[in-house]
Amino acid sequence: MIASQKPSFEGGLGRVNDSRFSVAIRTTGLLVLVVAGLLWSQASPPVRTLLASGGALGGLLALTGSSKRAASYWLLTLLAVILFAPFAWMVLVSLHPPKTPIPPLAEIIPQKPAWDNVKQVLFSPTLPVSRFFFNTVVVTISVVVLQLLITSMAAYSLSRLKWRGREVVFWLFIGSMMFAGPVTQIPVYLMLRNLGWLDTYAALIVPGISSAFSVFLLRQFYLQIPFELDEAARIDGASDWKIYSRVILPLGKPALATAGAFTFFAVWTDFFGPMIYTNSTEMRTLEVGLSIFKNSYGTTNWPLQMTAALIVLAPLLIVFLFVQRFFVKGLMLGSIK
Amino acid sequence: MSSTATRRSRFGPLFVAPAFIHLLVFALVPIAYAGYLSLFKLHLIRGQMHFVGLTNYGYTFGDASFWNAMWNSARYALMSVPLGMALGLGVALLVNQKLKGVTIFRTIFYIPSIASGIALSMLWIYVFLPKTGMINTALGWVGITNETDFLANVHWAMLALVVMTALNGVGPKMILFLAGLLNVPPELYEAAQIDGASRPRQFWRITLPMLAPTTFFVMVTSTIAAMQVFTPVYLMTKGGPEDTTDVVGYHIYQESWVRFNTGLAAAQSFILLAVIAAIAVVQFRLQKNQLKGYSTA
Repeated sequence: MIASQKPSFEGGLGRVNDSRFSVAIRTTGLLVLVVAGLLWSQASPPVRTLLASGGALGGLLALTGSSKRAASYWLLTLLAVILFAPFAWMVLVSLHPPKTPIPPLAEIIPQKPAWDNVKQVLFSPTLPVSRFFFNTVVVTISVVVLQLLITSMAAYSLSRLKWRGREVVFWLFIGSMMFAGPVTQIPVYLMLRNLGWLDTYAALIVPGISSAFSVFLLRQFYLQIPFELDEAARIDGASDWKIYSRVILPLGKPALATAGAFTFFAVWTDFFGPMIYTNSTEMRTLEVGLSIFKNSYGTTNWPLQMTAALIVLAPLLIVFLFVQRFFVKGLMLGSIK
Repeated sequence: MSSTATRRSRFGPLFVAPAFIHLLVFALVPIAYAGYLSLFKLHLIRGQMHFVGLTNYGYTFGDASFWNAMWNSARYALMSVPLGMALGLGVALLVNQKLKGVTIFRTIFYIPSIASGIALSMLWIYVFLPKTGMINTALGWVGITNETDFLANVHWAMLALVVMTALNGVGPKMILFLAGLLNVPPELYEAAQIDGASRPRQFWRITLPMLAPTTFFVMVTSTIAAMQVFTPVYLMTKGGPEDTTDVVGYHIYQESWVRFNTGLAAAQSFILLAVIAAIAVVQFRLQKNQLKGYSTA
């Protein structure tokens, strides 16, 4: 990812020659960890929760000591725990048998994991969740592919070709990115209704096939590609289309991956659009379907609700882990004006 | 930002045409059309249009519930924007150090911001539950018995939304600040160290001023996003309790898709657009003055 260039704090992970105080801290941490481990087998579940957190704490102390660096680890771990506790809880609750009430934290680890909750949700008799999944896949893939094609062409033109009015067009894209928001919702809805597109795939796909943000992001990338490449290709007699498809597109693969990932996340989790553009259950996407799921089960069936949430999240996580290394660079470019 | 190496080309507009037509049809024309609609009384389902001039605007300006929503959005933005920025900068500083496993933390902090709104809402509804919820359970461990239903409490509901969205949205802001930090020339720190400047002093005198463009970018984009917030409100509080979380985005949605006063909703969305544009202009002005102050440094 990113190489840190700033001078780092002193002290080191696993370094032993700290101050005496720090050695004492480390030793205490190690002791706590060992004691927690020894007591584990005899403890009742609520005490185990305490032991686990105490042990983790001790382990962290033993590893990091009390330097500034340790303080950084402390803060990072604390924040990571706060952000990830709900997710961990989600995974554990989703493995409880359906319809069990919210388990107290002491009994959060399921006795017998209910693996077939996933099957129960996907093939639920009351809601066509597998259909939601199918719709979401169709819509997301169509939007990502079409949007990458359309916006990369626009970005190519806005970054590497010169023509009258280019700046005006560019600023219209930027302006719409900042201000379009809620003001376009009603007119777009009315337009789709007049076209008779409500409750069809067209309504879910067409409004998303271009995005000012993607145009902007790809343009920023394309500005970084050396312009000598176009010149060379042009001297060899290549047309604009050839340069776009043979030079810029292949060189800009990381750019496409980043823009594609952003679009994937945005479309997969879009809530407002699918909610107002569709009304039959068969045309819902996962995100909207899941909110029906939430409303119909209310707070009475947390395990199945959490399973459903996992079904939505899993593809996002998989895609994220694949494109992660391009992603950081992409976001950075998005901020350069 | 025009590059000298680009070539004049007749085909330039052709390449941009599909995206531009889409922009016209789905953004520019709708904005104009919303302005036109705002001059009519229009029922979303029945559909007849009556020209009413500026009546919708007049009505909105006198409508206490709309201004309550505007105030709620302002409260939300005033809390979530500074909190989100402070968190983003703080985390960026933490993960900008040479620490083992720091990329894992970067990944962890980014993940909630790609998660689906509905999944996050379901999780955080649980976090905020009165008896069994995560916060009250944790408070119970340290001996505090608390059964506040955060999302149904007039004092807590807005704060709960702010905390949840600021925490989960930390990822993109972290990355933007990280990019800003990497653009600070290391020589500045070396020079400061030779001059004997302390670390806090280096932070205030070098890091923060050098980050000004990033801070500005994050501030403008997150203010705009905050003024338009909708999904977490819709999924977690429905504007309640007692309209304390009825933000403008949710209010306009209700006006148009629940009460079917589409013309009125169009007028309100136009007022929101004007307010957002005004905030952005003010922020641009402030930024100019601020940069002037630093240009000599």
